[in-house]
Amino acid sequence: MLTAILVMAGLAIALGAVLGFAALRYKVEGDPMVEKIDAVLPQTQCGQCGFPGCKPYATAIAKGDADINLCPPGGDEGVKKLAELLGVEVKPLNAEPKPKSVAFIDENTCIGCTLCIQACPVDAILGAAKQMHTIIASECTGCELCIPPCPVDCISMVPIREDLTNWKWRYPVFRIKPA
Amino acid sequence: MRELHRFPGGVHPSEHKAESSSRPIHEAFIPRKLVVPVRQHIGQPAKPVVELGDRVLKGQMIAEADGYVSTAIHAPSSGIISEIGLAKVPHPSGLPDLCISIETDGKDEWIAHEGVDWRIMEAAALRGYVRDMGLAGLGGAVFPSSIKLDPAGGPAIHTLILNGGECEPWITCDDRLMQERAEEILEGARIMQHLLGAQTLLAGIEDNKQEAIAAMRTAAEKLGLDIDITSMPTLYPGGGGKQITKTLTGLDTPSGGRTTDVGVQVFNVGTAYALARAILHGEPLISRIVTVTGHVLRPQNFEVLIGTQMSELVMHAGDREAMTGIIMGGPMMGFDVPNLDAPVVKSTNCVLAKSEETFPPRPREMPCIRCTQCVSVCPAVLQPQELYWFARARNFGKAQEYHLFDCIECGCCSYVCPSHIPLVDYYRFAKSEIWAREKEKRSSDIARERHEFHLFRIEREKKEKAARLAAKAQTKKTEAPTLAPEEQDAKKKLIAEALARAQAKKASITPKNTDGLPEEKKTEIAEIEARRAKIREVAKQPVEPEKH
Amino acid sequence: MATSTHVLQKNSVSRVMLLVLACLIPGILTYAWQFGWGIVINLVWASILALSLEALALRLRNFPIKPFLSDGSAIVTAWLLALSLPPLAPWWLTLVGMIFAIGVAKHLYGGLGQNIFNPAMVGFAVLIISFPAQMTQWSAPLAIAGHHLGFVESLAVIFGGGLPDGVALDAIVSATPLDTVRTGLMQQHTLGEIHSYSHIFGSLGGVGNEWVAAAYLAGGLTLWALRIISWHVPVAFLLGIWLTAGFLHWGDAGRYAAPWFQIAAPSAMLGAFFIATDPVSGSTTPIGRLIFGLAAGFLTVIIRVFGGYPDGVAFSILLMNLCVPLIDAYTQPRVFGEPRK
Repeated sequence: MLTAILVMAGLAIALGAVLGFAALRYKVEGDPMVEKIDAVLPQTQCGQCGFPGCKPYATAIAKGDADINLCPPGGDEGVKKLAELLGVEVKPLNAEPKPKSVAFIDENTCIGCTLCIQACPVDAILGAAKQMHTIIASECTGCELCIPPCPVDCISMVPIREDLTNWKWRYPVFRIKPA
Repeated sequence: MRELHRFPGGVHPSEHKAESSSRPIHEAFIPRKLVVPVRQHIGQPAKPVVELGDRVLKGQMIAEADGYVSTAIHAPSSGIISEIGLAKVPHPSGLPDLCISIETDGKDEWIAHEGVDWRIMEAAALRGYVRDMGLAGLGGAVFPSSIKLDPAGGPAIHTLILNGGECEPWITCDDRLMQERAEEILEGARIMQHLLGAQTLLAGIEDNKQEAIAAMRTAAEKLGLDIDITSMPTLYPGGGGKQITKTLTGLDTPSGGRTTDVGVQVFNVGTAYALARAILHGEPLISRIVTVTGHVLRPQNFEVLIGTQMSELVMHAGDREAMTGIIMGGPMMGFDVPNLDAPVVKSTNCVLAKSEETFPPRPREMPCIRCTQCVSVCPAVLQPQELYWFARARNFGKAQEYHLFDCIECGCCSYVCPSHIPLVDYYRFAKSEIWAREKEKRSSDIARERHEFHLFRIEREKKEKAARLAAKAQTKKTEAPTLAPEEQDAKKKLIAEALARAQAKKASITPKNTDGLPEEKKTEIAEIEARRAKIREVAKQPVEPEKH
Repeated sequence: MATSTHVLQKNSVSRVMLLVLACLIPGILTYAWQFGWGIVINLVWASILALSLEALALRLRNFPIKPFLSDGSAIVTAWLLALSLPPLAPWWLTLVGMIFAIGVAKHLYGGLGQNIFNPAMVGFAVLIISFPAQMTQWSAPLAIAGHHLGFVESLAVIFGGGLPDGVALDAIVSATPLDTVRTGLMQQHTLGEIHSYSHIFGSLGGVGNEWVAAAYLAGGLTLWALRIISWHVPVAFLLGIWLTAGFLHWGDAGRYAAPWFQIAAPSAMLGAFFIATDPVSGSTTPIGRLIFGLAAGFLTVIIRVFGGYPDGVAFSILLMNLCVPLIDAYTQPRVFGEPRK
C-alpha cells in the first residue's frame, strides 16, 4: 500500500518537474496566435466585425472574446480557415457575403472635403482639400469605411468584374450523382 | 547517330496528321475585318499606340511592349482602325479582352521595312528589336522571345534545341513549315544560337515527319549550318520542352524549374522562322501557319493573318454541316473556343473543327478506382490520382506538396483514365485557385502594411499638431493679439456682405435654359440641383474638428 | 467548359473489370473440371446476388443504377468471394457474404472507388469467423472423391435439398491440404507422417488444387501482360510467402511446410494476382506495392502457421488494406527532375 502511494507520488513529482521544465524551456514570447489569426484575416480593416480593424479582431478571437464568423469579407472560406487554425467547429457566416468590390468616387460630385481620406484605413484615397479625390483601386480593400463620412454621397462600391487577369478555372462538374 | 533517351510516361493517341499534311501551305487571305487582341503573350499586355480612325499600314506597330515581359503588336494588313475596345478573344472563359480592330482596305500596303545586320548589332539592341517585332513563342506558350533569348541571369546556355516535335494529333503546321521553309527556320536558329551563345545546336523531329526531316537536313547542308537534326520516336508529349530536352540530351529539368536551369533553351521551329523573317526582312509577327482540320472539306495549313476570325478560316477550308464546335490547339491540350468569331492569335497553331463522330461528348465520369494507369503515362512522374483527390477536396496545400505545379497539363492522364475523369480540369482549377490565393495573400499583406502605416501616420500627425499648438500657445502668450475685437467684427461683416452680394448676383444670372428639355432631363437636373444645395448646406457648416 | 483531352483511349471501368473476369475464367474452368459443378452454381448464384444487392444499394443511395451496375465491379466481387468459399457452400452462406461485401464493405464506405477494404475479403472474413464449420466443408477433388455429384445433385446440396440418397458427406467433402496439415500438426504428427496418411497431397499443392493454382497463375500473367495490374504486388506477395515459409521450413522441415506447398495453394495465387492487386484498396506507388505485397505474404504464412485459421490470405490482405494510406504517404516516388534525397 505504502509503496504504491510512494510510487504514484514519485511519478507525479517527476512528471510535474518535467512539465515545469518544458514550460520554462520552450516558453514562447508574445502571442503568436494573434499573428497567425491576423494572417488569415483579409486585412480589409473594415470593422464589420465590430472591432476597429483586423488586428483588434484577431486579438479578440485569440482571447476568446469574439466568434470566428464575424468577418464578411473573409467569407465562408475565411471562417473555415479560422476554424482549422483554432481547431473549432466551422460556423456559418453571420452576414451575407458580398462580392469583392472597390470604392469609386464620382468625380463630378466630389467637393474635395477630405473626409473620406481620413476614413480610409489603408490610405488608398488621393486628394487634398477642395481638390477632387480619387481612389487608388489597386490598394482599395473594399471596406466601405469611406462611404458614410462622404457628405455628398459621391462614393459607390463597384464590384470587381471578372476579366482575363482574375478569371479562375471553375470546379469541374462532378456528376456521379444526379442533382 | 545521337543517343536518344526515353522520357517517362507518354501515350500514343491516333495521329490524324495525314488529313492536313499532304497539301501545301495556303497563302494568307485578307479578311474584311481583323480583330487583334493586345494580350497575345504571357506577361503585360501591349499598350495601344494608335487612335480610332487612324490609317495603318501592314506591319505598323499598333501597340507597344509594356514592360520587360511583354511584346509589341502590329497591324496584319493595311486599313483603318475601326475600334479599340473589348472584343471576343479565344480563351476558355469566353471573356472579352482589349482588341484593336482594323477595317482592311484590301491593298495590303506594307510599311517601309528592312532587316538588320544581326552579326554586328549589339545583343541588347537586337533583343529590343525582337521585342518590337512582336515575337513570342509560337509553340503554344507564347512567352516573349526577347526574354528567352537573354542568357543573362541564368546558367550559361550550352545547347539550343529547335523543337519540331509537333506531338499533338491533327496538327501539322510545323511539319509543313519545315518541309517548305526549312532554310529560313535554320537562319532563325543561327541567330538564336548567336544571341544565346550556345555551343550545340540540335533539332528534334518526330519520326512520323520523314519529309520534314529530309527537308531540314538538305537545308542545313546547303547553309553549312552545324546542326544535329534528329529523328525522335513518336510519343506524346515528346514535343514538350522538358521532354524533348530529355530525349535529345538526357538531361532532367529540375522539378519546379525550366530547361534553362540545365543549360538548354528550346524554341519552336515556327518561332525560329518568324525570327528570321523579322531580322532578315524586318517583317514583324503578323501572320502564322495554322492547321485547319477536322470536320472541314479541305483540311490544310493556311498562312493566316493574326486577327482573322476563326469562323472565316473554317469557311475558307470548306465548312461542313453538323460542326459541333472548334478546338483551338490539338485534341490533347487544346480548348473549346466558346466563340467561333474569336480571332486567330499568335498561339493559334490549329483550328480543329469538331463533329459528333470525331469528337463525341465525354462519357459519364465514374469514380476513380485508383488503377494508376494515369501514373504510368504521366511524363512528370506525378501521382495524378492523388492530385485529383486533393484538387477535388480543395485540399490545395496537399496538392502543392504532391508537386501539382510540375504538371504540364499534357492530358495523358485524362486520355487513359478508364473512369473518364477530366483530370486536367481539376488540376487547372486547383492551380488557378492557388494563384488567386497567393495574389489575395499578397494584397492583404500590402493592406496590413498600409494600415499599420496609416495608424502610425495618424499618431505622428497628432503629436506634431500637439507640438505645434504648444508652440503657438507659447508665442501667443508673449505677443499681443494683432487685431482688436472690434476690427475683427468689422472684417466679418464685410465678408458677409460680399457673400450676400455674390449670392444675389449668381441668382440673377442663372440661365434658365432648361425650359425646352425633356422630362427625364429635367428630373436629372433637379436631382443635381438638390445635390448641390446639399453640398452648399454642408459647406456652410463649420468644418468638424478631426476625430480619431 | 471541359477542356481535358478531347479524345479518349478506348478504355473504361467496365473494360478493366471485364478483363479481370475474363482472366479468372481459366481458373474457374479448371476448378469445375477438378471439383465438379458446385463452383459454377455458386458463381452464378453469387453474381445474381451481387447485381441485385448492388442495384438495391444504388437505389437506396439515389445513384444512377445503369452505369454503375454495368461497370462490372459487383460481379468481380461476387466471383472473388465465390472462388474463396467452399464450392458446395449453402446458398445462405453466399448470401450473407455478399451482403457484407456489397452492402457493408462497398456501399457503406461510399461505393465504387471508395472502399478501403477489399469487399470480397470482408465477406469472406465475416463468414469464416461466423460460420467456421460450413467454411471448412470443401469439396473433395473428383480424383479422390467417393461420389461425383451431378449438376442437379450439386444444385440440391447448395440450395438445401440435402445429399443424394446413399451418399455420405465424407464422400463429397474433404479438408483442404492446408487444413490437413494444420490438423495433423496439432495432433503432433510430423509433415512426413501427414503426407503418408493423407491422399489429398498431389505433387505440389494438393490433388486438383495445384491445377487450379496453375490456372490462376496463367490468368494472372495475362492480366499483367494486358497492363491491368503491375508486377509489383503479385511478385512481392508470392516472394513474401516464399521467404517466410522458406525461413520456417529451413528452421524445422518437420513442422513447417515447404515454401512450394504454401505458394501452390489456390488461395495464394488467387490472392496474389486477383485480390491483393485490387487497385481501390491497394497501394498505388511502386515501392508501396512491394511493401504491401511482401507484408501481406509474410502475414499470410504467419496466420496459416501460427494463427487460428487454416488460411491467412484474406486476413493478411485486409490488414494491409488498413496500412495503405500510411504506406502511400511514405513511398511517394520522385517526380521528374526531383533531386535524390
